[in-house]
Amino acid sequence: MRCVITVVGKDAVGILAKVSALCAQKNVNIAEVTQSVLQNLFCMIMLCDIEKINGTFSEFVDEAEKIGKENHLKIHVMHEDIFNSMHRI
Amino acid sequence: MINTHDILETISMIQDENLDIRTVTMGISLIDCIDSDVDRACEKIYQKITTTAKDLVPVANEIEKTYGIPIINKRISVTPIALLAAACPGENPVKFALTLEKAAQKIGVNFIGGYSALVQKGFSHGDLELIRSIPEALAATEHLCASVNIGSTKAGLNMDAIALMGGVIRECAEKTADRSCIAAAKLVVFCNAPEDNPFMAGAFHGVGEADAVINVGVSGPGVVRAALAKLPKDASITEVADLIKRTAFKITRMGQLVAQEASRRLNIPFGIVDLSLAPTPAVGDSVAHILEEMGLEECGACGTTACLALLNDAVKKGGVMASSHVGGLSGAFIPVTEDAGMIAAAKSSALTIEKLEAMTAVCSVGLDMINIPGDTSQEVISAIIADEAAIGMVNSKTTAVRLIPAIGKKVGEELSFGGLLGGGPVMAVNTRSPEIFIHRGGRLPAPLQSLKN
Repeated sequence: MRCVITVVGKDAVGILAKVSALCAQKNVNIAEVTQSVLQNLFCMIMLCDIEKINGTFSEFVDEAEKIGKENHLKIHVMHEDIFNSMHRI
Repeated sequence: MINTHDILETISMIQDENLDIRTVTMGISLIDCIDSDVDRACEKIYQKITTTAKDLVPVANEIEKTYGIPIINKRISVTPIALLAAACPGENPVKFALTLEKAAQKIGVNFIGGYSALVQKGFSHGDLELIRSIPEALAATEHLCASVNIGSTKAGLNMDAIALMGGVIRECAEKTADRSCIAAAKLVVFCNAPEDNPFMAGAFHGVGEADAVINVGVSGPGVVRAALAKLPKDASITEVADLIKRTAFKITRMGQLVAQEASRRLNIPFGIVDLSLAPTPAVGDSVAHILEEMGLEECGACGTTACLALLNDAVKKGGVMASSHVGGLSGAFIPVTEDAGMIAAAKSSALTIEKLEAMTAVCSVGLDMINIPGDTSQEVISAIIADEAAIGMVNSKTTAVRLIPAIGKKVGEELSFGGLLGGGPVMAVNTRSPEIFIHRGGRLPAPLQSLKN
């Protein structure tokens, strides 16, 4: 089971650190990261393994969204199946 | 890794373009609840619904969280109650309505549909009692929806039922005049009603269906409009159709995923995905705006029917490959009060009931959510139903009528319901009398195209 975390917002120090700290705390293994800063806009996509997650996936989603709110970022955590089914035949 | 562009596209569809799953609807058969004692039947109904659907809302909420895709409504459809009422002659069918309402509240669904009768060829025991009780049942409940099928391509039109329904619709509005005539918005009159429709107010669980099934209705007019907006204004109509097909495919794949997942988690068979583009009153979620994006100044302009025909066809072609089973209404909806673009067009008089009637010949439903003057006679309402049903009967398609007589209001005044049902102006109706035609009764014969064997 894998999920996709997307983070979009104004660039600042420590965004990657905050999100990856949450992943570590929840035992979510980061498999891939792509990240770019375009005209001060931070955009990051992480592919994570949630097989051995601590607690429920819902809690993880809620906490990620909370970090997003606190840091004025839009953070979405979604199961990878939605992207696979939508964009692959 | 999944393509970055694809990920961002999905997220922008959900976040900026109002992509959502309109409804996860569980169909439940109540055939095994039939009992000659009405109270015992009601007890069985309550038990069956609250046991079968007890996990529907929590599971839908979980799926919403997992995939990050909003599921706007959770609903239930049941076997047409007229079949159960038939076993209890002399009893008031409203008892069933109150039971369904109680069950809906207990499990926390947004709507429960199936206070229905299928009378396309004639009335059997229970049908007349149920139809006559619809105004009382809808006025006494909040979540219940009712539907009556008065015609089909195979059977023709039951003109006695059509005459009756004009009065029932008026009575629904009158009984709830103090609540925006809301009961009329929860009643739909069908020709060729589908038995696996997940959308309200017309959902019921057909007798040919399994004991319980999961049907899913998608939404997504905003996504189609946004995709079209990126197309240059001189792109050919072939490109427009192709783009809609591709977008509909993506929307439907999401519906299929949610349907499969809900079916797996609830351990209830997957029925169908309904490919309809269902609008909401929210800005950016309008079918009318798609038609305008295709190149019309305003919805209702000449060319509207052609654009809608293209949209309806492309949505089906794109969606049908994305799902293993397609059903329900599957097409574009044009409910006036639920669509910001339609409301605006009706207000500016660009859109009239006559144009809407023409549009219903090429889209998936019919004259839907239209406010008409409060003094419209029941014969005129019946005649509107007859016209609409004739279109459905001859074209072998579903048509429906959901009109709201705005009691005490005249053309141009506003009537609002709030929520998904929206609100809009009272539209003008041709008031020339069809009285003699409507009171003839009898059956309008089925057309030649019914003889396909």
